Amino acid sequence: MEYKLTHKAYTSALRENRLLGLKCNACGGYTVPPKKVCIECASEDLDVVELSGRGEIRTFTVIRVAAEGFQAPYIVGIVELDEGPWLMGNVIDVDCDEATMDMIGRRVRLGHAVIPGDKFSAGERVTATFSLEN
Amino acid sequence: MREVAVIGVGMTRFGVSQNTSIEMFSEAAMEAINESNLKPKDIEALFFGNVLGTHEEGQMGMAAYAAADIGIPNIPTTRFEGVCATASVAIRDAFMWVASGYCDVVLVGGTERASVMDTPYATRTFAMGSDSYYEGPAGITFPGVFAMLAHLYAHKYAIPLPKLKEQMAMVAIKNHQNGKLNPKAQFQATIRDLMEARIARASQRGQPVPTWADEMEFLRDIKVNPVIADPLQLYDCCPFSDGAAALVLASRDKARRLTDKPVLIAGVGQCSAGPLHNQKDFTRMKARILSAKQAYTQAGIEPQDVDLCELHDCFTIAEIVATECLGFFEFGQGSQAVEQGETRIGAKIAINPSGGLKAKGHPIGATGAAQACEVVNQLRGECGKRQVEGAKIGMTDTLGGDACTICNVILKRGW
Repeated sequence: MEYKLTHKAYTSALRENRLLGLKCNACGGYTVPPKKVCIECASEDLDVVELSGRGEIRTFTVIRVAAEGFQAPYIVGIVELDEGPWLMGNVIDVDCDEATMDMIGRRVRLGHAVIPGDKFSAGERVTATFSLEN
Repeated sequence: MREVAVIGVGMTRFGVSQNTSIEMFSEAAMEAINESNLKPKDIEALFFGNVLGTHEEGQMGMAAYAAADIGIPNIPTTRFEGVCATASVAIRDAFMWVASGYCDVVLVGGTERASVMDTPYATRTFAMGSDSYYEGPAGITFPGVFAMLAHLYAHKYAIPLPKLKEQMAMVAIKNHQNGKLNPKAQFQATIRDLMEARIARASQRGQPVPTWADEMEFLRDIKVNPVIADPLQLYDCCPFSDGAAALVLASRDKARRLTDKPVLIAGVGQCSAGPLHNQKDFTRMKARILSAKQAYTQAGIEPQDVDLCELHDCFTIAEIVATECLGFFEFGQGSQAVEQGETRIGAKIAINPSGGLKAKGHPIGATGAAQACEVVNQLRGECGKRQVEGAKIGMTDTLGGDACTICNVILKRGW
């Protein structure tokens, strides 16, 4: 069976701030970012759906020493989406020096950023971004 | 399955080396072979760990060249890669080939030469252990992953962050104290030694002399201990390192004829996990819990039977979480256990008597083998001032990537 939601299709939607995922017809679980089968039950019976793009910050860090190609400081966070999966991205519009543990549990809305490719990446990259709601 | 013993170990000093990856490996390998009272021609296969040789030295196929360097160019050689758990994965496979009866005597180990990469390049290549399509583009780094673990842990167990940071600092202080006693360690100095050296240097140069009251105040000072990824500071992180380590494994029958002190591989475990985001709450690493359970079951022991554990303290918080996942302490209690000194040599369980990745160093392709070398030397009672008295059962724990690969080895005295 063909790969239902490829990286290319996923990132094309992300470039429009739309978060695509897979909803499992067997267990009802959501898989995002995409995989061949459901992350909960390994079923291949999946539909591509658009997720809310909303969730809560579970954890984060401020990167002060960056990898080659990135400009520190910036915030990386993991968000629990309203549909259940966790997703990594950059928390934006927050001053790095004001990023404290109070951010954990804050509601966020999804966006995206385009990251230029480097000599190790398979072309240009797209990351999820998260903006605090309210 | 047959019983399998470690009959010889060898490792280079860890740190910054002028030698090539293969030169370092050969040094460790010949030490292990000589200690086994064998010759290279007695080795039937090589299980070889290396992670970033392509980036560090532009070298693929290193396993074959390593065998040639010690005079056995025609034996089968296989390169293993499980990010930082590389050499442990190699040991587990080597164990199985001997246990199965296919081989009688094999060489296993790993080597890495990370210091030739500058920090931005090394940070980039190490970050290749994260999901390069769905995490890498956010600019995640290895310290970043464990920094997020620290925040998750503090929040989950409602430990005020300054308190947790103090407990994490105690991991660094302990492991540097152990490292000072290990002539193979990259940092053979306590945190207090490093602090006093700074004070002495400032005084010599006629600069303002810092007035840190103790190690804790020194570690809180971001001028000497800068933040790498909030809340991790420099001394929460292991270094980039060069080094190699190797072991000779043999069937127990063969071992009996070669050494009075064979160290038996009593149990092994290995499990994987998906990318970090799929693991959700990674304070409880499922792959590690399952891997350790495999090893305990095979060895027929419980966590409380383990006298010492060389575990994956790539960052201070990583040690705390590992001690919980391996069952040495209850979930949420690992940080308190460090504070109460329960992980020191001579206490409830000696955690990282070698100094750990933190002080001994972390040449990623060699780390698992170096952990096993320390456990073997401890069980033989050959560790001098850092000896865990009467140690009979020891364990290794190695974590690769964002806990995507975990491997455990349990060793016990075979005499």
